[in-house]
Amino acid sequence: MTTFNHVLFGWYPYLCLTVFLVGSWLRFDREQYTWKTGSSQLLRRRQLMWGSNLFHIGILVIFAGHFVGLLTPIRLFEVIGISHGAKQMLAIVVGGVAGIACFVGLTLLVHRRLFDPRIRATSSFGDIAILLMLYAQLVLGLVTIPVSLQHLDGEEMVRFMTWAQGILTLEPGASALIADAHPVFKAHLVLGMTIFLVFPFTRLVHVWSAPVWYLGRRGYQVVRTKRAAGPVAVGAARLPAE
Amino acid sequence: MKIRAQIAMVLNLDKCIGCHTCSVTCKNVWTNREGMEYAWFNNVETKPGIGYPKDWENQKRWNGGWVRRRNGTIEPRIGGKWRVLAKIFANPDLPEIDDYYEPFTFDYEHLQTAPEMEAMPTARPRSLVTGERMEKIAWGPNWEEILGGEFEKRSADYNFEGVEKEIYGAFENTFMMYLPRLCEHCLNPTCVAACLSGAIYKREEDGIVLIDQDKCRGWRMCVSGCPYKKIYYNWSSGKSEKCIFCFPRIEAGQPTVCSETCVGRIRYLGVVLYDADRIAEAASVADERDLYQAQLSLFLDPGDPEVIAQARADGVPDSWLEAARRSPVWKMAMEWRVAFPLHPEYRTLPMVWYVPPLSPIQSAVAAGRMGTDGAMPDVRSLRIPLRYLANLLTAGDERPVALALERMLAMRGYMRAKTIEGVLDEGLAARVGLSGGQIEEMYQVMAIANYEDRFVIPTAHRELGEDAYDLRGSCGFSFGNGCSGGTSETNLFGTPKRAGNRAKNPMEMA
Repeated sequence: MTTFNHVLFGWYPYLCLTVFLVGSWLRFDREQYTWKTGSSQLLRRRQLMWGSNLFHIGILVIFAGHFVGLLTPIRLFEVIGISHGAKQMLAIVVGGVAGIACFVGLTLLVHRRLFDPRIRATSSFGDIAILLMLYAQLVLGLVTIPVSLQHLDGEEMVRFMTWAQGILTLEPGASALIADAHPVFKAHLVLGMTIFLVFPFTRLVHVWSAPVWYLGRRGYQVVRTKRAAGPVAVGAARLPAE
Repeated sequence: MKIRAQIAMVLNLDKCIGCHTCSVTCKNVWTNREGMEYAWFNNVETKPGIGYPKDWENQKRWNGGWVRRRNGTIEPRIGGKWRVLAKIFANPDLPEIDDYYEPFTFDYEHLQTAPEMEAMPTARPRSLVTGERMEKIAWGPNWEEILGGEFEKRSADYNFEGVEKEIYGAFENTFMMYLPRLCEHCLNPTCVAACLSGAIYKREEDGIVLIDQDKCRGWRMCVSGCPYKKIYYNWSSGKSEKCIFCFPRIEAGQPTVCSETCVGRIRYLGVVLYDADRIAEAASVADERDLYQAQLSLFLDPGDPEVIAQARADGVPDSWLEAARRSPVWKMAMEWRVAFPLHPEYRTLPMVWYVPPLSPIQSAVAAGRMGTDGAMPDVRSLRIPLRYLANLLTAGDERPVALALERMLAMRGYMRAKTIEGVLDEGLAARVGLSGGQIEEMYQVMAIANYEDRFVIPTAHRELGEDAYDLRGSCGFSFGNGCSGGTSETNLFGTPKRAGNRAKNPMEMA
């Protein structure tokens, strides 16, 4: 049992992270034509306006929460003076609200994808699979809330933080810390890591391309030239035809 | 001053017969593949009508083009950069495919495989999106062909602004014209401005606006930004696509497919030189009716020695300057002032221009009560209301359109006098501000319209920028990684392999 736990929470994270990073890089390098959001709004607007907005805003808040919550050095919270219990409550409230928004959005999106004939007919296996994975992951995440409510001292949360930071600092032994965690948390962790694993092979790669750089574009227009002396290097001026 | 050259187009609507050869040849070459069945890089609309996609000219609904802010600068009507970014999860200004039409095919096979029965077998329609049977086709690529449908619906046409449109619903007053449309390859394109990924760009050498298919991520803001709705989201590839002005042909000195195949010989291609430094200024003038003149003021005289010197300094090749001096577009837009931009009020400074159509003189006028001005009929009594044409071409300013129509009528009168009566009517020419020589040249270019007069296209100078050694053995026109669609059954990177072998890019056979 210990070995199995160690494989899942000591080794598997590295497999997932490696595939996530190397896979994304390879796809970006070799298959940019497939690098896209995969929007289906053109085919059906209904359910998407609410569904997509709620889902994306919810999941961005949740992602930021997990990122900051898990990876901020634990000592920092002690320095600032936020108790573990308070942090756990904050996570439950913010995560709960965002989670419910995300759940409503994702429910709309799943319904639309599975039951709208146009969307279903034009969906790939990957489109449906990743959506259902996210849905399952979100439900698991929401299910952890009642479990967390039974121990509000924040100690369980600190163990997860220590584990996540241990993995990132190349200490696979950290898996022992969460050997006794509630199965719901473990399922949430395993599915979460699996989403990282399949990330490069799905439309999720569009996350890497969040177009925030647009805000920094000078003016509005973009001109490219093939002339060697032009403002853009020849390499950058490659056309889709080439 | 920064001089750039662009290959621009003029369409002489006076000669368009609405045969759709341009649309069909374009579709066969570029968009006859999965995801793009609904998209027509070139389409021909019958006006008055709401067009394709529905109501595209109504920017209150679609928010395309630019708006001028109070401080005198312009921003896309869909919003500045923050607002565009805030809309990426779901774009409120995106048409649905039903606003174009749901693409369909017919069960042709049934005609051959049907068993013997009492009724003739029929080929019923089937959706190209879902593959399901379509019981009724509710809208198509050219639903309003030759005034199809009731006037009530067609009269939602935005160009009726300021026209007492009710009377044109009556059979004896009705009018129509054709409007072939393609990407305008604007000087100030909103699609480029709205593209979050920076994938859309204007080519400095020839002004063609293209979408980098590798860099496009499918945020779809370009579709909303373009007021002409000439960017199409490919639902299969997840990328936006648009008219590429047949750049592989243009680079080789050949006309675009739509121009080459135009049986009415209405299309013209030629070089125009413009001052790139003054684009923002011209696009931001306060009064919409000044936009046509503002755009004219950007165009530079290719015969002016100063312009030639500056153009050379800015890298415009001599062959292009020579082509600019012979450009039919320059002649029609600048010299004779008979060609106009489509909807200049969108502030995109479009570069596909139109010669307004003459129309029959209304019957009342022909019956002897006509408002003739000497030998020439009054253009205000033409069947197509002048205001309608002005709304289409000059943001409502009737004077330039009237002058163009008068010049075209004068050309007819002058040539009729010359060939039938053997008289050179310099007076008629002078009345519309032209000389007899100019009218004869107009006649040569616009009426005779020989191939070499219509298409003056210098070849691209690829040797100036590209490494031919590097290009050797490359794919030509294709999308994605190489020419091959892959050989394995599964594809790790998300492109579904479909049964039925439907073509994904223009080089594949459907």
